[in-house]
Amino acid sequence: MANMLGTELCLGLPGGGGGNEVDSSPRTTGKRGFSDTVDLKLNLRAKETDMDLNKNLDNGSEEKPVSAKDPAKPPAKAQMVGWPPVRSYRKNFMANKSTGEESEKASSVAFVKVSMDGAPYLRKVDLKMYKSYQELSDALAKMFSSFTMSNYGSQGMIDFMNESKLMDLLNSSDYVPSYEDKDGDWMLVGDVPWQMFVDSCKRLRIMKGLEAIGLAPRAMEKCKSRA
Amino acid sequence: MHKKMAFSFPDEVLEHVFSFIQSDKDRNSVSMVCKSWYEIERYCRRKVFVGNCYAVSPRMVIRRFPEFRSIELKGKPHFADFNLVPDGWGGYVFPWIAEMAGALPWLEEIKLKRMVVTDESLELIAKSFKNFKVLVLSSCEGFSTDGLAAIAATCKNLKELDLRDCEGDDLGWHWLSYFPDTYTSLVSLNISCLGSDEVSFSALERLVGRCTNLRTLRLNRAVPLDKIANILRHAPQLVEFGTGSYTADLRPDIYSDLAGAFSSCKELKSLSGFWDVVPAYLPAIYPVCSKLTSLNLSYATLQSSDLIKLVSHCPNLQRLLVLDYIEDSGLEALASICNDLQELRVFPSDPFGVEPNVSLTEQGLVAVSSGCPKLQSVLYFCRQMSNEALVTIAKNRPNFTRFRLCIIEPTTADYLTLEPLDVGFGAIVQYCKDLQRLSLSGLLTDRVFEYIGTYAKKLEMLSIAFAGDGDLGLHHVLSGCESLRKLEIRDCPFGDKALLANAEKLETMRSLWMSSCAVSFGACKLLGQKMPRLNVEVIDERGPPDSRPESCPVDKLYIYRTLVGPRFDMPPFVWTMEDDPSLQQLSRANLM
Repeated sequence: MANMLGTELCLGLPGGGGGNEVDSSPRTTGKRGFSDTVDLKLNLRAKETDMDLNKNLDNGSEEKPVSAKDPAKPPAKAQMVGWPPVRSYRKNFMANKSTGEESEKASSVAFVKVSMDGAPYLRKVDLKMYKSYQELSDALAKMFSSFTMSNYGSQGMIDFMNESKLMDLLNSSDYVPSYEDKDGDWMLVGDVPWQMFVDSCKRLRIMKGLEAIGLAPRAMEKCKSRA
Repeated sequence: MHKKMAFSFPDEVLEHVFSFIQSDKDRNSVSMVCKSWYEIERYCRRKVFVGNCYAVSPRMVIRRFPEFRSIELKGKPHFADFNLVPDGWGGYVFPWIAEMAGALPWLEEIKLKRMVVTDESLELIAKSFKNFKVLVLSSCEGFSTDGLAAIAATCKNLKELDLRDCEGDDLGWHWLSYFPDTYTSLVSLNISCLGSDEVSFSALERLVGRCTNLRTLRLNRAVPLDKIANILRHAPQLVEFGTGSYTADLRPDIYSDLAGAFSSCKELKSLSGFWDVVPAYLPAIYPVCSKLTSLNLSYATLQSSDLIKLVSHCPNLQRLLVLDYIEDSGLEALASICNDLQELRVFPSDPFGVEPNVSLTEQGLVAVSSGCPKLQSVLYFCRQMSNEALVTIAKNRPNFTRFRLCIIEPTTADYLTLEPLDVGFGAIVQYCKDLQRLSLSGLLTDRVFEYIGTYAKKLEMLSIAFAGDGDLGLHHVLSGCESLRKLEIRDCPFGDKALLANAEKLETMRSLWMSSCAVSFGACKLLGQKMPRLNVEVIDERGPPDSRPESCPVDKLYIYRTLVGPRFDMPPFVWTMEDDPSLQQLSRANLM
């Protein structure tokens, strides 16, 4: 089932170049031009993701999966999905206890909702699972590429675009990630260092490039007031 | 005209007799006696329970039971609670509401668990059922307070609105003002999952004040401590109460106000809430503690000494939920004070910490199992365990019906002997003959499954993680556990053989979940072909399973018995294995 869409999903920091975060803190450079913020391209490269996966899986298929004799340690405590089996609201609560001393301890989960314009349902991601904008971007690409890979419909999701309409749309505009911050403002993703983003992001929305242009002036304004 | 048989009664008499039979199991048995009993029973069944919303269609349920007044539906698999089921998997309630709207105008009760409930669904409920009384949403999502406003505005006879553990969008408290001033029938309100800062206390107080039958009120974290006294004074008849944020500056006037308000609540049996609790305000509840049977302190970050002090005032506790701050010492105190304890849940305060942050070990559980003779249900998170402790616990408490142990680090061995915990859990299933639910953890080999298959004859639900050596383990469970209904497995080396060898068993169960195991796509296809009355769903966000070799293991697998074949509302990352491969393409492209 070949993937016909050549669009790519990646987050770039303003000023282009795939995003590693902390060193080149954009805030220290003060105001940024409009063109810089719009440089945040969000392209869906489902094809490439597929190929990488196939490579990994071909290597993995002969190996025996986890056995008791070779217990697989989870990579890092916070990384293992669904373990320990504690519900998200409980995890979030424990992470965000609001007393003075507790705020010293790094909160270990940060679940936020992610919506994508045109997608029929929301996803949830734990921002603490990622260490950079690039990692987040890759994860979002995997999650949302599935929407563009096949044509489907179901009860209640009547407005979902059909394949040809979808292709036209994607060809004509890129997708741009935006987020709602602590103040309730919608900002473009990538305007602050990664850790600051994780702490202030309340929810994510992947919107069409054309719509995101409307956010740019406010993003600039906010940066101005911060600098 | 009835057949002239000895002992035959007119329908009305039988109906009257059947009306005393409430349990679904008994009703099902009744309906199997003979055709006429089947017919009579189906017309007078008032409560319907559907454990898996995809096992049957709403139309079929309505056709068989045309006069039901109450329905309970469950959607997503249990592991959805831990984010193992990707969003969008399914569990939409709307199609059910839509079918019932036309056919059952007298529907009174809807109880949903792990389903997606949109505002549209809530609006349709409000519009369609004139005598609607009870809405219980447990672990549901997809709605906002706009939908709740529709319910509030329209359902004149609403008695219960319970949103336990839900994830709804709280857009503000104004939805409460949609209850008309003439509305007084509220008996139970649980909004503990909402949490907007835009609170409107006057609307809440007025609502509570005019609903004199209110028995249950569970507030949320947005309600500050100093508002509680007023609310309680409006509702001294409350039996169950959940506070909001239990913190405030220490002021004697607030304290005495609060203590006075609690004292006037002579009927209180259950307390919960206690977010952000300040210990100095706890004594305000002492007047009601001696009558308390249920206490949920699972959000209360209190130290062990404060917890012990509190618990010592509550000798009649039957149910306690608490954080592991209680420590072994607190549990020992609990064991000596609360002899009526039936259910205990101890949650981890620091689930991701590598080192223990509290002194809570297997000893706490041993103490409680020894001191509380009525203890039946346990959920316990800890960081160390031993076979010796588990054997002691099992011998102390053969009356366990639910035993869920989570040793936080996967594959942790017996800390005393470094052996697997097979023998310990084996003792649990051997001694606790009525065990219905079991969750395993720690280092476990196939041996534990041999014990489970041999002894756990009443076991209905089993949860397994990071355990076992191979297919034999799964085979023991599937071939031995006669009462098994739900099996959920993650990160275990179980593969094709056990699954295919026990395919028929799967039709006797509600569902099987396997994620990060070793079941190949080929085996899934085979199972789907062999068993037409099962839906074999492959859930894989990496992309279509047929883009990889057949021997490749699938990421997640959800198998459930069904009368209605593959569902049509699957998202792009779910595939149902079918009899006819060409049908697979067809059902995926089915546009509704």
